[in-house]
Amino acid sequence: MRVFPRLIGLAVGAALISAPAYADPLKAEVIHWWTSGGESAAVKVFADAYNGAGGQWVDSAIAGGEQARTAGINRIVGGNPPTMMQFNTGKQLDELVNNGLLADLDAEATAGNWKSVLPKAIVDASVRNGHFYALPVNIHGQNWLFYSTKAFADAGVAAPKTWSDILAAGPKLKAKGLIPLAHGGQSWQDHILFDAVLAGEGGSALYMSVYGKDAQTAIADPKFKHVAEMFKQLRDLMDPGMPGRNWNDATAMVITGKAGMQVMGDWAKGEFLGANQTAGKDYGCVVPGAGGYVMGGDVFVFPKLKDADGQKAQAKLANLMFDPKVQIAFNIKKGSIPVRTDADGAGMDVCAQQGIAAVKDASKQLPSTSYLISPDENGALNDVITEYLNTPGETADAFVAKFAAAVKSAG
Amino acid sequence: MTDAPKPPRARPPLSRWRSKAPAILALIPAACVVLFIYIGAMVWTVRLSFSSSKMLPVLDNVGFNQYRRLFATERFNLSVEHIALFGCLFIAGSLVIGFLLAVFIDQRVRGEGVFRTIFLYPYAMSFIVTGLAWQWFLNPELGLQKAVREAGFPDFTFDWIVDQNRVMYTLVIAAIWQASGLVMAILLAGLRGVDAELWKATRIDAIPTWRVYVSIILPMIAPMLVTAAVLLAVAVAKLYDLVVAMTKGGPGLSSEVPAKFIMDNFFERSNVGLGSAAATVLLVTVIAIFSPWIYSQHLRPQGARR
Repeated sequence: MRVFPRLIGLAVGAALISAPAYADPLKAEVIHWWTSGGESAAVKVFADAYNGAGGQWVDSAIAGGEQARTAGINRIVGGNPPTMMQFNTGKQLDELVNNGLLADLDAEATAGNWKSVLPKAIVDASVRNGHFYALPVNIHGQNWLFYSTKAFADAGVAAPKTWSDILAAGPKLKAKGLIPLAHGGQSWQDHILFDAVLAGEGGSALYMSVYGKDAQTAIADPKFKHVAEMFKQLRDLMDPGMPGRNWNDATAMVITGKAGMQVMGDWAKGEFLGANQTAGKDYGCVVPGAGGYVMGGDVFVFPKLKDADGQKAQAKLANLMFDPKVQIAFNIKKGSIPVRTDADGAGMDVCAQQGIAAVKDASKQLPSTSYLISPDENGALNDVITEYLNTPGETADAFVAKFAAAVKSAG
Repeated sequence: MTDAPKPPRARPPLSRWRSKAPAILALIPAACVVLFIYIGAMVWTVRLSFSSSKMLPVLDNVGFNQYRRLFATERFNLSVEHIALFGCLFIAGSLVIGFLLAVFIDQRVRGEGVFRTIFLYPYAMSFIVTGLAWQWFLNPELGLQKAVREAGFPDFTFDWIVDQNRVMYTLVIAAIWQASGLVMAILLAGLRGVDAELWKATRIDAIPTWRVYVSIILPMIAPMLVTAAVLLAVAVAKLYDLVVAMTKGGPGLSSEVPAKFIMDNFFERSNVGLGSAAATVLLVTVIAIFSPWIYSQHLRPQGARR
């Protein structure tokens, strides 16, 4: 009689063990550099969407684009790759692709019809040898001027439209005790400011030549020297404590009314959003100058993984982040415009509407330097530009010579 | 009194080698590490400096192109100047201040343990924390300048950290603050080893205390000074995280250092070839500086070995 309860016990035990295992969520480790307030809110949209779809988003945020890319590349090359990693659109991922370290996204690209919904410049930047290697998630305009409407109203200055307007507004803002131009003096920000002057004052043709095939002729052009001189004059509009400042600390200066303007990409809108300021009301946005829209952006790449779960997680992420609804929700928080041309931008703010209109116009599209030159050349130009901006005695001629030398040695 | 004739020098008998065998065996792992990892990595780096490697190593040969580009790069030439300035000021300053702190503690002050801990504490912090804290302190808009101005001295300026000509001195200050504690600890051990009888003798001779320290004690603890100097020199060659935390290369390029140049080129700029060339130049410089000292210490024929 004692055998029977035991047999029952064994049978129940066997049934429990053979019951289907509780499915573990698909873990995905993501390296990115979105650590400011507005940026974290934006990446949370992706994380929540992924977690909601049954995955588990493991966030490995690293502050600073250069630092995050360094850490990520190190891990991929070293054999411990994350599931997904952020890059800027363009040539930053060339070396990884050339060494066969990235998984291609052709399956998701064909299923989602990426080639037909993405602008041509973005497709060209994400495709290598006919295969998609990067998942574009947004288009950032890099040469925006954000200005505090209150500061400008107090100083009695009209909204600036060209770079000459910006230089003219400087003394008037200073008279009111404001810092005319809030700037974060890190070399990549100096470069963005320089590119903004180059595109706005020098024109789209000069911009494309300087970063293109006949760079030396374009650099020798007197218009380039004029751009350099104007860039140097902007130093007088900045405060002495600007070297090394983070970009979001400079935006905070405009938000709190200590400074009048900032030249930054539209990721700065996330900061304004976080401070509950509305575009068009509390702050204004304009692309100064001839109107060429310098397009940057972020993409995500997927390192080649050996385990099947990791690959499933990658496929899930790719499809999810390209979904139109997720795109709109993410881009609203991020300040950028959706990379899909079929996404409905009606719910986005006035600055985004301006951006969407600019991107639709092919003549206004200017790829940012990350599309056009290698990280090596970009870095070498960062050094030249930041040294020029920070050295009071350096002349425009000396700068032009150094710029030409850097392009020659790195290109 | 006559000297016994010296026996002819013979090879040590076999039993002596056998008794040494365990020691040699125990040292083999360490020797392998030194040979393959230290020296091997150095040789590999030098090899890569003659290649055109971008992000991953490529074993081609482009001759001295990377070196030509390196010495034509303004940033590298500035880095070398800056590290030379930093090295001299940092080592001299740390030794002097460390020595003064050690002398102070050696006076048998009350609460000696507390003071020792306080002075040694900065060394426990990483360079990153030190750099960040000093950056906030020296920032003209957040730190010392703002505090003194608000205390009622509106003309006080201390904006060295954003001044191209003075930013290296801020790095020196932060680094000395961190390293003096270590120098103090090393020299204190030496000072404590000085015989108390010596002090009594100097008091009998009525030699002023400072003179005792300078002329008698310092030569006695000279080996410790050398040790401390070598440790500090290692920190100078490695200087990277302090620069990244404090100034990120400083206004423009005015606080760039070679280690930062190498790191930036290896990773962010995917330029292993140029970074290896810079690393090789750094290696050659260190060897050039240290080899006379190593020669005088270990390799001289009738070495006055310590």
